[in-house]
Order: sequence, then structure tokens, then C-alpha cells
Amino acid sequence: MTILAPETARRELDGIGIELSERGKGRPLLFLHPGHPAGRVDPAARVLELLAEKARVIAPTHPGFGMGPAPPQLTTIDDLAYLYLDLMQAMDLRDAVVVGVSLGGWIAAEMAVKTTMRMSHLVLANAVGIKAGDRETRDIADIYAVTDKQLAELVYADPQKMARDLKSLPESELVMMARSREATGRYAWTPYMHDPKLKGRLHRIHIPSLVLWGEADRVTKPDYGRSLAAAIPGSRFATIAGAGHFPHLEQPENFAHRILEFIEETAP
Amino acid sequence: MRVYQFTEQPYPDVWDDHNGSLRVNLPNRKMDPKRAADLFHRYYDEWQLADELGLDIMLNEHHATATCMSATVIVGLSVLSRITKHARLLVLGYPIANRPDPLRAAEELATIDVISRGRLDMGFVRGVPQEVPIANLNPVFQSERFWEAHDFIMKALTSHDEPFNWESENFHYRHVNVWPRCYQQPHPPVWSTTGSTQTAKKLGDYGYVMATLGTGYATRRLFDAYRQGYAEKRGGAAAPPDRFAYLALVAVGRTEEEARRRAELVATYPRSSGIVFPPFRNPPGYLSIEDNVRMLKGEGRPRSYTRDGAIVDMARGSVQDLIDAGVMFCGTPDQVYDQIVDFVEHCGGMGNLLMMGHAGPMSHEDTVENLTIFAKEVYPRLKELRQPDAPAIAAQ
Repeated sequence: MTILAPETARRELDGIGIELSERGKGRPLLFLHPGHPAGRVDPAARVLELLAEKARVIAPTHPGFGMGPAPPQLTTIDDLAYLYLDLMQAMDLRDAVVVGVSLGGWIAAEMAVKTTMRMSHLVLANAVGIKAGDRETRDIADIYAVTDKQLAELVYADPQKMARDLKSLPESELVMMARSREATGRYAWTPYMHDPKLKGRLHRIHIPSLVLWGEADRVTKPDYGRSLAAAIPGSRFATIAGAGHFPHLEQPENFAHRILEFIEETAP
Repeated sequence: MRVYQFTEQPYPDVWDDHNGSLRVNLPNRKMDPKRAADLFHRYYDEWQLADELGLDIMLNEHHATATCMSATVIVGLSVLSRITKHARLLVLGYPIANRPDPLRAAEELATIDVISRGRLDMGFVRGVPQEVPIANLNPVFQSERFWEAHDFIMKALTSHDEPFNWESENFHYRHVNVWPRCYQQPHPPVWSTTGSTQTAKKLGDYGYVMATLGTGYATRRLFDAYRQGYAEKRGGAAAPPDRFAYLALVAVGRTEEEARRRAELVATYPRSSGIVFPPFRNPPGYLSIEDNVRMLKGEGRPRSYTRDGAIVDMARGSVQDLIDAGVMFCGTPDQVYDQIVDFVEHCGGMGNLLMMGHAGPMSHEDTVENLTIFAKEVYPRLKELRQPDAPAIAAQ
């Protein structure tokens, strides 16, 4: 394993390259980013800075969302869950807090139902991944059936504030956006954004778990989060005002504060 | 040259009542099934006429759309394999990557080949992006799934001695054994379509018939890529003209004026086919990252060019623009013949014209006239047409 740069490193794991950023000291915190239209977290993002005040934050970029295409053998969220369990073992992380937002929350949940051996806490923020309603209820908005403008309105509490001027972005950023959109489809096209088996397996999670929800989320409404929390034994559910589907971007202070507070309160 | 008559079997009555999308999300309440029945019967009558006139027939399928009522092309093939006598029946195409069950596809195609007594031309296509939301199979792996479905169907159609096993990430079968087996041995001719030189080369490698749709005067580079793939696999052999097909709009009349009137009707096809709610045109993974970056920058993807390299917008161009781009052949029989000959020269040889001789609201009378004049006054000359010398073209 070679660290290539102080902030953005790349690890090789069984031949798969994982880009990741690391900052801060202390208890390990694995941060799993969401999918389209957000994608990888900027290593300089405020949310990572805040979390790194109290923890050693490790933020990988899911293969396919970063600098290059995904390796062909990674095709499902389950594949990513195993990849990150292997990463935790390779880095010998112990008592790690695993935080996932949206698609990243789905990955975190799939990891936790397999084993929580190296985890102390689980935080699922506006996570997708379960089938909550009946077969004719679309639990999760179809992000591929709306225009970019409509999508921003579903995703953000304040779409205007979060809007980015595409014309001002460098080519590399546009490439990353395009990759992020494709990679989200790669892992989550069908069954759409969920694993039909996951809900029935969540009872296996017996570590302190927090389900955090940006309350203005219209991709996965707060009731979806309540269903998720209800399936995880002893979990807490809390909402974040002024945030939609990506609370780590819209309310980074509140988001980080709630997570750090939860870790402290539930310390064994 | 062979000529295939093609219509999308449209339901044109609602083409001006769609709220921005003729596909995927246009409620089927807008369709009157009695009117649809009349249209279907009419379209089959017109294909029977094509058969009687000595033309071949091309069918396709699209889903959830008023532009094309043929939601499963196997139905059309089934009807035509029984009611026509001589015409080749080309499906172009069968979107095999959008089907979860390629064994079923193999069985359907083999059965059609038998009932039609060996008249099936078997075109496999990836399909347009707006089919993806309906099929709901992962578009990121569509290309991979397409080639695997192709491999599977070809093996299924050509295995005769014992059932075989096929277990992959995409498809799972333990006893593949297609009854009835194909009438044409070893299998019906395989066709496909493409707009990329990379795929064209691959199709050349296979030696399949390659069709391009509305590529106008940008067709040559695709044909040349095919020629390269064909020659490399076959010790430098030249791809004969019958390996190439081109889909064009065709409007012919006794007078230029009559032809132009029909042309406006046929031109409703390119003017309507792109009317779909934009997100459905770009499922993830269908277009490349580079194309998506261009779209994020607000740049489009122009497809058709005139002889001089000018870009023609197929959806908005005039009839004259479409003629200039080689997308439409239009005029008196002499004019249409000259335009086709000129286009064949541009291509370096092209042996199959896929003729959209009906589209949109074109009436039965106009369709009959269009087909009849073409078959009687243009087609005989095309059959005699001397194609460019293939080895000389390949050597260029």
C-alpha cells in the first residue's frame, strides 16, 4: 500500500485501486459518499474538516466515481460493501465509525449486516437501500427521469444556493460529474437504489446506530428514514433542518456536530 | 441492390398532442384501439403490396410510443411470415440487450424463419436510449449484455446435437435446445446497425450486414471502418456491397411537385422521432463520458452532414436539407435514381436500401403510389446498377 499524496492517496486492494483522502487523528471514521448528483466528497470539504477535529477521517472514492472507470468485477453495492470491509481489514481499522450518505449509506448498511466486527458506530444519512413501501409505491424518486433542474429541487432544501454554474467549472470537474452519474447507474439501476433483501437483514446490526435525515429531502422522504431506523434494533432517528438529501453538503456543521455528539453519548 | 420497405407503424393522430414527449410517458389513454386496429391492418396491407411489387420488408420495434405501435416486432414478423410470399423479412432490429430472456428470442426467430420458409433477416440492435427506461435493464452494461445475448442466440440457433449449458452473470440456462431449428442453415443472415467506427470494424470482422440510419454523407467513414475489419479477418478480401445497408426516407412522384408533397409527409418521421422528455434520452452509461461532458457544456451531437460537410439538423431541416444530406431521396423516378446512384458512389458501394416509404400521417393512397412508382420505375434500374468495384474501394 503506497500513499501517493498527503491528502489524496490511492490504495491497491487485490488489484483494485481505491482513491481516498485521510485527515485528522484519533478514532477512525470511514466516510462513504453519496451518488449522483453529488458523488465523491472534495478532500477539502468543510464536513471532512469538521469531522477531522475529533477523528481520523478516511474518505474513499467509490470505484467509478473518481479519476478512472470502475474495474469490471465491481458491479453491485454488495461488491462495494465487501471492498470496504476488505479495506478496513487491510488498514486494520478498529472501533471505526462508519458514516454513509445516500448511496454511501446503502453501502454502510450492507457492510454492517455482514459484520460489525471492526465498527463501533453506524451513521446512515438519507440512506437509500431498502424497499420500504409496497410494490406499487416508488420509495425513492427516479433521479434519471427528471431534468437537472427538477433533480436539484428534489435533492436540496435550497436548490438555488446549491446550484453550480457548469460553464465556470473546469473540464476535470465535468468529467467527474459525468462519471458520478454513470457510476450511480452502474451500482443502483435495478433493483432501483435498493436491495430487496436488505431490510430483512438489518436486525443483525447491534452497534449504536444513528439514522440522520435532511428533513427537506424529496428523493427519500423522512418517512423512508423512519422505516429504515425502525428496522435497525435500538437505532436513533433524527432530522436536520435546512437540508435535503445531502445534509453533509447543505448543513455540514450540524451534520458533523450530530455525528460527533452521537459518538460521545453512546461511548461504551 | 435489394430494397426493403419500412414503416414504423405509427399512431400519428396524437403527434400534436403530447406535452413534449411522444415516448415513454405519453399515456396510452390517448390511443383509440379501434383506430389502432384500422392502422395495423392498413400497414399490413401495404406490406403485402410491397411483397407483390417485389420489394423486401423491414420491421422494427419501439416501446411506449405513438411513433411506433410495434411494441414487439415478433408479432409483425409472425403476421407477415404468413401473409407475404416472397419478400425477405428483415427485423432491424431486435433489441436483444433489452430482453431478459435471449432463449425466448432465439426460439421466436427460429420459428419465424421456419414459417416464412427461410425469409428472415435477423437484425440485432442495441436500441435507442429511450427504450432503456421501459426495459429497465442496466444501461451501463447494455453493450456487454448485447454481445453476450448475440453469442448466446447464435450458439442456440446453431447447436443441434445436444442441449447446452449457459451460466454467466447475465443469463442462466441449463438446457438450451431450440425447437424448431432454423430453416436457413446454418442460421438466418445477421444484420446490425451502428454509428461508431469501432463497432463498424467489429461488424466487418463478423462479416454481418451493417446498416446505418440517416448518416447521410458521413456514411463513408463507417463503411470504410467495416471494410477494414472485414479485410483484416479475411486476408485482405474486399467486403462486397451486399454487406452494407442504408436507411433513407424515400418520396417519389410522377412530378417533382407531387414528390415534394409526399416528402413533407415522410419527413414527419425525423421531425417527431426525437420528441421525448430529455432525461429519457440519456440513461447512464448509454453515451460515453466524453459525450456527457459535451452535453454538460451545452453542446449537441450533430449527426448528419451534406456532401460539403454542412451540418443538417434532422428534426428541423427542410425537405431540401434532408435531400442535400442524403437522408432523403426525393423527386421523380429519374431524380431519385440519380440521387441513389450518387449516394452509392459516396459509400463506395451499398447493396441494400432500407426505404422508409411511409411515415406519420401519409395516407394509404399516397403510400400505395409511393411504393408502386418506386417499385416499377426506380427499382428495376437499381437492380441493374453496377456497384463500385469492391477490391478497388478496399485498396483505397
